[in-house]
Amino acid sequence: MAESGKRAKGARGSAAERSEDAAGRLAVRKTYKLYLGGAFPRSESGRSYPVTSAKGDHLANAAAASRKDARDAVVAARAAFGGWSSRTGYNRGQILYRVAEMMEGRRAQFTAEIAAADGISRTRAESMVSAAIDRWVYYAGWTDKFIQVIGATNPVSGPYFNSSSPEPTGVVAVIAPPEAPLLGLVSVLAPVIATGNTAVVVASERAPLPAVTLAEVLATSDLPGGVVNILTGRLHELAPHLAAHADVNALDLTGAGELAAGLEEDAAQTLKRVLRPSGDIDWAADPGISWMTPFLEVKTVWHPIGV
Amino acid sequence: MPDTATPPGPAASNASLRAYLHGLPGVDEVGVRERAADLATRSVKTAAKGRAIDLAIRMVDLTTLEGADSPGKVRAMSAKAAHPDPADPTAPPVAAVCVYSDMVAVAVEALKGTGVRVASVATAFPSGRAPMEAKLADTRRAVADGATEIDMVIDRGAFLAGDYRKVFEEITAVKEACATAHLKVILETGELATCDNVRRASWLAIHAGADFIKTSTGKVAPAATPQATLIMLEAVRDHYAATGRRVGVKPAGGIRTTKDAIRKLVLVNEVAGPAWLDPDLFRLGASSLLNDLLMQRTKLATGSYPGPDYYTLD
Repeated sequence: MAESGKRAKGARGSAAERSEDAAGRLAVRKTYKLYLGGAFPRSESGRSYPVTSAKGDHLANAAAASRKDARDAVVAARAAFGGWSSRTGYNRGQILYRVAEMMEGRRAQFTAEIAAADGISRTRAESMVSAAIDRWVYYAGWTDKFIQVIGATNPVSGPYFNSSSPEPTGVVAVIAPPEAPLLGLVSVLAPVIATGNTAVVVASERAPLPAVTLAEVLATSDLPGGVVNILTGRLHELAPHLAAHADVNALDLTGAGELAAGLEEDAAQTLKRVLRPSGDIDWAADPGISWMTPFLEVKTVWHPIGV
Repeated sequence: MPDTATPPGPAASNASLRAYLHGLPGVDEVGVRERAADLATRSVKTAAKGRAIDLAIRMVDLTTLEGADSPGKVRAMSAKAAHPDPADPTAPPVAAVCVYSDMVAVAVEALKGTGVRVASVATAFPSGRAPMEAKLADTRRAVADGATEIDMVIDRGAFLAGDYRKVFEEITAVKEACATAHLKVILETGELATCDNVRRASWLAIHAGADFIKTSTGKVAPAATPQATLIMLEAVRDHYAATGRRVGVKPAGGIRTTKDAIRKLVLVNEVAGPAWLDPDLFRLGASSLLNDLLMQRTKLATGSYPGPDYYTLD
């Protein structure tokens, strides 16, 4: 499939997307864009690429992000990190819960997008959307509790009070799993931002539309701009730049597939934290805290006592 | 352009200065903005970008002008000026450091033998509101301490009130106090309100003996706009055509990214000419710009984006 040129017009593939409807009204079609720093720009390169359903029908043209969009996303994520990480866990929880509330209102849209992308029934798609919404609620609950669970006061042989507490790693580049365009995306994104990191997400290349809709949800959920940045486009083009970028602190390779080994090597140059899950992941299962801990740094403080 | 009127001599009256400056052709503001915007679209990539970045680094006047400046901070900045990228010795040193006059001695000591010059702001920077004696004493002290470049501010109040004679005399007096030091005259274009005023102030400073004309103090927004820079470059170009003397230009304030810096270089090349692409005739007054230039330099060398964690906090 050829990349379409600058300002590609919406395609006329499916019957539902004719430029006029039965009543003769001009259709208002949506431009699928990136989500960078709280705004919805087109790709800096002006490119887009066609997205098809499981059956091969044309669904839309999504923006094909370039390496400069990836760089801009990292800049936005870095700028947002200070504010987001210094918010109280309680406040982050409120915002993550708000994301769940906003998703609830878009249920029909998410369901239709997933059903088309994965070629599954509406009922099954609906249950995936419900699971994704519940996942936000799940992590909203964790935001002000993970420190107590992961942190510790340590017994030491000296007159010191010694405590360890987890702190966010920084900017995390997340490669979303291609097979689960919404539930998988939420399952890798929510734990990253719940603990105070900011994220640059490369959405599923095959099915980016639920990610774009999720971006619209995030933009209306009191989430500060730049905390989550979503790129759509060619994974092999974007991922190496994110993996080698010195201002990215950690890398989640969940959706990297066969690129994972190379990306791990790129990431090693700057000593990034890398998460590379192995085997098939059951996205519907209880995630526990294993998705939060890879992107936390433990800070230990020694404080003299008895003075 | 200056052929149309007789340039003012050192004894020119306020009336004749006024007649000369107001006789200068008016600036087409829309035209200037469009020309600057058009030149900003030039694409400078790969090898050319590498050369532009190195040239821009050599043109930087690394500046710290804060109330909280300490000898330690000036020493740290001086070390960075001489060796901008400790990890890469091929990165050239900057042109000069720019400090307040009481920090000149510290900077001169720290930069001994490096070839990096020391510039000092003087004459009651940034407002310029002080008695003449204080301004001259400030200047003499900085020169005595070893500053080889003086950045003075003009009296914008007198300029806007039409007292051009006063501005002219101040510049000549400070130039005299500078002795061999280079004089940069800060016009503070953000306070001059119109493009016509920027052109008038440029010519006034040039005729009064400025070696450089500088856009801004960095304390007033807008600072180094492309329009103001373009008008000033036109003035030095026309002055060279008329007299054969080359006056330098220094945009300062708000230049933070490599892209901004390269756009300024394009302006210089296209408006004043390639002769001005030299640290002796064009400077960039900046503090945070240097890190961005170094990061872009590393990006070109290694292919991957560097992060600010790998560079100094200024």
